[in-house]
Amino acid sequence: MSQRDAGNSNDPAAIAGTASADTLPMLRFLTCGSVDDGKSTLIGRLLYDCHTIFEDTLLAAERDSMMYGTTGEPLDFALLLDGLQAEREQGITIDVAYRYFATPRRKFIVADTPGHEQYTRNMVTGASTSDAAVLLVDARKGVLIQTRRHTCIVHLLGIKNIVLAVNKMDAVGYDESTFKAIDHDYRAFAALLGIANVTTIPVSALRGENLAKRAVAMSWYEGPTLLEYLESVDVTSGREREPLRLPVQWVCRPNSDFRGYAGTIASGTVSVGDQIASLPAGMTATITRILNGDEDCTSAQAGDAVVVTLDHEIDISRGDVLCAATARSEISDQISANVVWMSKHHMLKGRPYILRCGTQSVLAQISDIKYKLNVESLEHVAARDLSCNEIGSCNISLNKPITFDSYEDNRSTGAFVLIDRTTNETVGAGMIMFALRRAQNIHWQALNISREQRAELKGQHACCLWFTGLSGSGKSTIANLIEKRLFAQGRHTYILDGDNVRHGLNRDLGFTEADRVENIRRVAEVSRLMVDAGLITIVSFISPFRAERQFARERFPDGNFLEIFIDTPLDLCEQRDPKGLYKKARAGQLANFTGINSPYEAPENPEIHIAGGSVSAEEHVEEIINALVKRGFLHAH
Amino acid sequence: MTTMSRHLKDLESESLYILREVVAQFQNPVLMYSIGKDSSVLLHLAMKAFYPAPIPFPLLHVDTTWKFRDMIAFRDRIAADYGVRLIVHVNEDGLKAGVDPNTTDSAHYTHVMKTEGLRQALDKFRFDAAIGGARRDEEKSRAKERIFSHRSKDHHWDPKNQRPEIWQLYNGRLAAGETMRVFPLSNWTELDVWQYIAAEEIPVVPLYFATERPVVWREGFMIMIDDGRLKLNIGERPEMRLVRFRSLGCYPLTCAVESSASTIEEIVEELLVTRASERQGRVIDRDQASSMEKKKEEGYF
Repeated sequence: MSQRDAGNSNDPAAIAGTASADTLPMLRFLTCGSVDDGKSTLIGRLLYDCHTIFEDTLLAAERDSMMYGTTGEPLDFALLLDGLQAEREQGITIDVAYRYFATPRRKFIVADTPGHEQYTRNMVTGASTSDAAVLLVDARKGVLIQTRRHTCIVHLLGIKNIVLAVNKMDAVGYDESTFKAIDHDYRAFAALLGIANVTTIPVSALRGENLAKRAVAMSWYEGPTLLEYLESVDVTSGREREPLRLPVQWVCRPNSDFRGYAGTIASGTVSVGDQIASLPAGMTATITRILNGDEDCTSAQAGDAVVVTLDHEIDISRGDVLCAATARSEISDQISANVVWMSKHHMLKGRPYILRCGTQSVLAQISDIKYKLNVESLEHVAARDLSCNEIGSCNISLNKPITFDSYEDNRSTGAFVLIDRTTNETVGAGMIMFALRRAQNIHWQALNISREQRAELKGQHACCLWFTGLSGSGKSTIANLIEKRLFAQGRHTYILDGDNVRHGLNRDLGFTEADRVENIRRVAEVSRLMVDAGLITIVSFISPFRAERQFARERFPDGNFLEIFIDTPLDLCEQRDPKGLYKKARAGQLANFTGINSPYEAPENPEIHIAGGSVSAEEHVEEIINALVKRGFLHAH
Repeated sequence: MTTMSRHLKDLESESLYILREVVAQFQNPVLMYSIGKDSSVLLHLAMKAFYPAPIPFPLLHVDTTWKFRDMIAFRDRIAADYGVRLIVHVNEDGLKAGVDPNTTDSAHYTHVMKTEGLRQALDKFRFDAAIGGARRDEEKSRAKERIFSHRSKDHHWDPKNQRPEIWQLYNGRLAAGETMRVFPLSNWTELDVWQYIAAEEIPVVPLYFATERPVVWREGFMIMIDDGRLKLNIGERPEMRLVRFRSLGCYPLTCAVESSASTIEEIVEELLVTRASERQGRVIDRDQASSMEKKKEEGYF
């Protein structure tokens, strides 16, 4: 089979690079659908019909079709797309594949995304940069749960142009009433979501019908072919007409005479002479130069990567957002957002994640999960955590304010990702809905007496001694002995013990991962207040997760938090078993018990590392006291 | 200079954004400079991204010692023109072991002189981000690679466990010893690259332009004779042919194509009608369809 037998009259020489293709913006679109709906076949066929497949690639695909092909045809179009070896052997698409093709009218970037549930995160990835979505359904099966899920995600990600391609029409005898029924079903579901514009097209990807060429067998269909639709769909998002948002990416300072701010314009236009405000600080200035690459220009628009200079020096760094002075973004440290979870580890309330919004990076905690969305029924379901591929409406608390717009108003400045601090994985995608008003009304009460003054009055250095280790490691015994010693020296102390706190402050919490995170969050906050009060505060908690201990550490000024790791071997702890808990856990009567059926993440760099059980508890106390003297928290006695 | 089309401007802006993210997010980035047309475009974009500041990272060329002489001359001239520091690394262990593309199996040769050479250089200079000119349209397994592509401590790529890349929010966070490969030209096609070279008048190695060159036919490939090191087999007779290169690598492993395109405009014209893919001239891709993915998992660019 040679390329020129493709049966399409397009002249290859007219494709891509001619004047008409050069004036239209590219179209980025994604394809999605259930397993076996034929997405890869559809794109493979589009590429083929648009003369984008080279002869040597075709030969390789034909050779592969003999070995792995699932269609029984001489060329399995899906094999042109399914790049990775493993998936080729399974016959399914497992990741997002990007493809490029062009017609005389337009250039396209296609994100081919997988259909089965566990890979929904890849679909969100593909959708986040797309302006149109092609959803496939199998004409024999109609609208499935996956179709609803994908519609929901596509809509949530703000894609306004949705086309439903009813595929495999050849398998239902090109029956018009089958198509009409699916069209009707789908429009009813889309209306529930408030989607105004839906286009439905009957196609056969396998035979290339109603893709690049009109299907003779479906003369009853009068709408556009898929390619006609894609060539003409208007994705002019009106970004240029929105107010200026220029997130500062990098400060360009080659010498003392030049100070410019580099960034890509997220929305609006900017001209020399415009007044801008730098947020969150709010200082204003006037634009004096705009560099578009290495050329000076008088104005630039959304999408341009520029460097701007200002008429006077104000303190601006990466993360600040230059806004139109008269139409500024919102600023808040409390936001409400829709979050799509993408990690196999659940999203946990209270756990700190890194939140990246534009060029800003802050710490974020989920303060409340209002509900999760059932994407099939659209019901709101109560939730304590989110698992992979779930979508939740959340309140999020940040460690400092960010500059943003609602996602509905601006897909750039309203979007964020969440990153796990320990694994560095990207674990969530979020779309900001609005700022929570309470953030603007609760301010820190300025205190007139400082922590240092309070501690000084007591003649001591206030600090937090954070004991961590397995149950039975001896940390409470050692912590108690330490407190006694300090008390005898006339130190003002207080001890927060895991079990005791759970009887009062934390009695509403159980032992799930989510509750353990919240348990530690509360204790960290309480101990911070106690250190503020000038006390040497001793905390004795298993505190098994690094992320929470890191969170606790960050509550305190540098050097005032000392992590003391009581590193006692598990078998020794189990042998001691002072509360009989190991026995219960081994018998399966106790879920989520650290060390047995819940992980303990050992500290990597504790200030004090004690080899628990190697000597007596009193001798361990001596080691710790010596370490505290060495660090200047205690005087030698 | 011809005016730049809308989609080229969009691609350029995206690449500038990516390059600036690299400098903002990493401590010690490097630009992998392979002397080819994609590297030429990458270098030009880097100049634009940071202007009027100089390019804030060095270039790294992993030299196999089997590059065309024209390529090396071009490399040294360009580095000087752009005022950028050039680091050249050769896998000396490979040279000592006598790894030679004439006598060594091509897969082994590539692994030792390119993949291992690259790993050595990244480890030696402790680069945390390596910027490369790979494009997703080049090859099937590249189509799935992220723009910020994570590598483990031993430079391993895990295609099934890639970080989701959402919006333009690139996550460059690394644990100690890990590295990132970054591909600012991911969304460009071969045609885009040439149209951009034309619009911006970017210098490229003369080997891309057709002229009469001495070649021999070998297993269906046209191999150019660049110096005396190419061993001629019995019956092989050099002949002068009007040829050019679409893709440049080590000369015994990169073959010429017959062409009369001697200007950038003629190359663009040729691409509009050609039906053969860019990597057709790469001997090393021929073993089996998944070979590129295997090489990439091991750390090849």
